[in-house]
Amino acid sequence: MKEINELNLPDDVRYTKDHEWAKVTGDVVKAGLDDYAQDQLSDIVFVELPEPGDTFGKGEVFATVESVKAVSECYMPVGGEIIAVNSKLEDDPGLINTRPYEDGWLVEIKPDDLTEMDDLMDKATVLKVLEGNG
Amino acid sequence: MKEVIHNSGLVLDEKLLWEKGKKGRIGFSIPPQDVAVAELDPELVGEDPDFPDLSEVDVVRHFTRLSTWNFGVDTGMYPLGSCTMKYNPKTNERQASLAGLSEAHPFLPESLSQGALQIMYELEQYLMEITGMDAVTLQPAAGAHGEMLGMLLIHAWHSKKGNSRSKIIVPDTAHGTNPASAALCGYKPIPVKSDENGIIPVETIRELMDDETAGIMITNPNTLGLFEENIQEISEIVHAEDGLVYGDGANMNAVMGIVKMGNIGVDIMHLNLHKTFSTPHGGGGPGAGPVAVKKDLIPFLPAPRVVFKNGQYSLEKNLPDSVGRMTAFYGHFNVLIKAYSYIRQMGPDNLKKASRLAVLNANYIKEQLKDTLHLAYDRPCMHECIFSDKNQAAHKISTMDMAKRLLDYGIHPPTVYFPLVVHGAIMVEPTETESKEDIDLFIETFKTIAKEAEENPDILTSAPHVSKRRRLDEVEAARHPCLTG
Repeated sequence: MKEINELNLPDDVRYTKDHEWAKVTGDVVKAGLDDYAQDQLSDIVFVELPEPGDTFGKGEVFATVESVKAVSECYMPVGGEIIAVNSKLEDDPGLINTRPYEDGWLVEIKPDDLTEMDDLMDKATVLKVLEGNG
Repeated sequence: MKEVIHNSGLVLDEKLLWEKGKKGRIGFSIPPQDVAVAELDPELVGEDPDFPDLSEVDVVRHFTRLSTWNFGVDTGMYPLGSCTMKYNPKTNERQASLAGLSEAHPFLPESLSQGALQIMYELEQYLMEITGMDAVTLQPAAGAHGEMLGMLLIHAWHSKKGNSRSKIIVPDTAHGTNPASAALCGYKPIPVKSDENGIIPVETIRELMDDETAGIMITNPNTLGLFEENIQEISEIVHAEDGLVYGDGANMNAVMGIVKMGNIGVDIMHLNLHKTFSTPHGGGGPGAGPVAVKKDLIPFLPAPRVVFKNGQYSLEKNLPDSVGRMTAFYGHFNVLIKAYSYIRQMGPDNLKKASRLAVLNANYIKEQLKDTLHLAYDRPCMHECIFSDKNQAAHKISTMDMAKRLLDYGIHPPTVYFPLVVHGAIMVEPTETESKEDIDLFIETFKTIAKEAEENPDILTSAPHVSKRRRLDEVEAARHPCLTG
């Protein structure tokens, strides 16, 4: 298990309190699990993703990830329509562990309201929360 | 440390049956045929199944050798939280093996099945007395099957009243199968977070309970090993909105004959005979999950029901409001005999005593180990106590490492990483069947392991060392399962 100072928390993404990350590119939001979540779950062995075209509200469950330790649900960082899913995870769910912010992404979302991104945390806030000072 | 379980001996390797077989070998001989061979319609003939050719001794040695790699409650302490792995007295097996019972055919007429029906009838009566409920069905094949029946009964009861409800409240300290059972039956499970004392907050239930909610599923004692102290008030809130209270009896071993669930607001509950009533559990199953109900729900119970009229036992099938059958025939009859045997031998006073000792043993372990392992909730527990790996985290030692190391000392690990509300949970349920000496040995062993975590953490991260198989690659097994021989 990583110490807080060992966590890889990039500056260019935003975080939910449930440890999803979200990154805006143009009018698309890409989302996945952050380094803390993948580290806590340990080796991920199965991922259940939504179908493109599915729509979910902010905070709704859109995916399930399973490790040898636990099954965990993933919550939408922003509401909207799923426009793409990372099908590579079907054969190689460990990408979430090895490259959580790159090849281990989960979905791309067409957001209903991009200002919902403003509610998400930046790296400094996540670190504060993890240290128990949030 | 005063004592350890030493290990020595001969553990033999064993190949797969397919690697052992030799063409033409056979385990039995059949007499010469005195009738002509009948040709099969070629359309009905497929490829031969891939079975190995083996003699009887090949098969017997194969499974006997594999059994020596195993660890069961007959081998040593098996303190799996939430599973009540108590020792199962062998006399139960003896009663269930009596030819008149084990060879009884389910198609025998009632007049020739009076003994079997009497056992079922009386077992129902005993379970009613233990739970304080008004009727019992023995049909469900296991606990989660009982939960499924519970959901069907809740649905049938609401339908009869003209209620249309879509939600079931399931606290996060409920047994793990509860939300799954609700969802499988088409209800939306509504989660409730337990409070700082590890029990259900009454006010949350008051806010959530409405005329869309069919009821609540409560495991009591809950999966933190704590008694849901507010159950009566919660039941009143649920009943006031015309909802029903389902009680998961998985943890009934803490309160046999002490808490009458029927008197504290529970409308429907299941019991796990393979936990509480000492029928084999795990690979030794199958289980049995009888469901007990209050009188308003009796009309909906599965058909047939065993009834006693004019000195005769019979099966009542004419039950128009019944939800239908849950199993072929009458449930796992062989398991029912073992539970019947256990209850008859124990009697009411000893059942109570068993629960008291189960609770005492768990509290003893909790007190003895709370300076060694982090205790999730420092308050009196019921039949199980929950620790975590928080104290060992500084040495990078996890719950899994300590669990694996326990195997080297000849003790089966407790339940780990459950309940989910405690991070890195270690859930210990010693049960009443362990002696003080064995419990002390468990405590001493855990203290030794905690010391090893500080002084020699590598011995934990590479454990187990003496078991037939070392630490298995669970990740590879889960990612690329190989399910054939």
